[in-house]
Amino acid sequence: MKVLSSYQDGRLTLYLKGELDHHEAASALRRISRTVDDYLPQDCVIDMEGLTFMDSSGIALILKISRLVAETGGRAWVENARKQPLKVIDASGIDRVIQISTAARP
Amino acid sequence: MKQVNYIKFEFPARSVNESFARAAAAAFAAQMDPTLEELGDIKTAVSEAVTNAIVHAYPDRAGLVQMRLRALEGNVLEIMVRDRGRGIPDVQKAMEPMFSTGGDDRSGMGFTIMASFMDGLRVRSAVDRGTTVTMKKRIKAKAGA
Repeated sequence: MKVLSSYQDGRLTLYLKGELDHHEAASALRRISRTVDDYLPQDCVIDMEGLTFMDSSGIALILKISRLVAETGGRAWVENARKQPLKVIDASGIDRVIQISTAARP
Repeated sequence: MKQVNYIKFEFPARSVNESFARAAAAAFAAQMDPTLEELGDIKTAVSEAVTNAIVHAYPDRAGLVQMRLRALEGNVLEIMVRDRGRGIPDVQKAMEPMFSTGGDDRSGMGFTIMASFMDGLRVRSAVDRGTTVTMKKRIKAKAGA
């Protein structure tokens, strides 16, 4: 998978692309941690429009990003999740602790 | 239930093989004409089961993971994921949501997702002998098919 990022006016957007599983999660987290450390964002958008597959390793990654950003007083949320990742998110119940904004929900 | 078709394969318990395992399952399931959502469910459940075997079964060596997929009568897909690793001492506890011994890169949601995305889930395990996860999913007939 790929992680691209953009930063403007205190908002960091992380674009996750490809397939996110246990094999990909560790290196993705290392890259994302460095980016968050560089910018210390107030807002962090996890944009999942390009993410075609995610298993529960993605849940662990989302929670870690959220904690990482919260350490410096920021807030993270998920945007544009497709149906399959959204179904995993819904099954996990993490929408109780992190905001999920998406048009894919039926 | 009578078997219509099957495949069996095995691979070393290395995380790079997770994507192959779910792609192989999706390719086998395609003959049952699943919807995109059903295919997504199958890939997700396989990814969870195979990752569990890779993360938990062989902490100090890359043992083997065996997979068997069967197309059964009535358009039921059966997926078996087996390892010969250290086993699970308490299966019931391992299946509780948020229970994880796999370090902080796992969310502890694997069995919960397998159970909710498939129509049947059975886990058999014996300490130092291994774990077998068997899942079933009924692929629904399409309107007009």
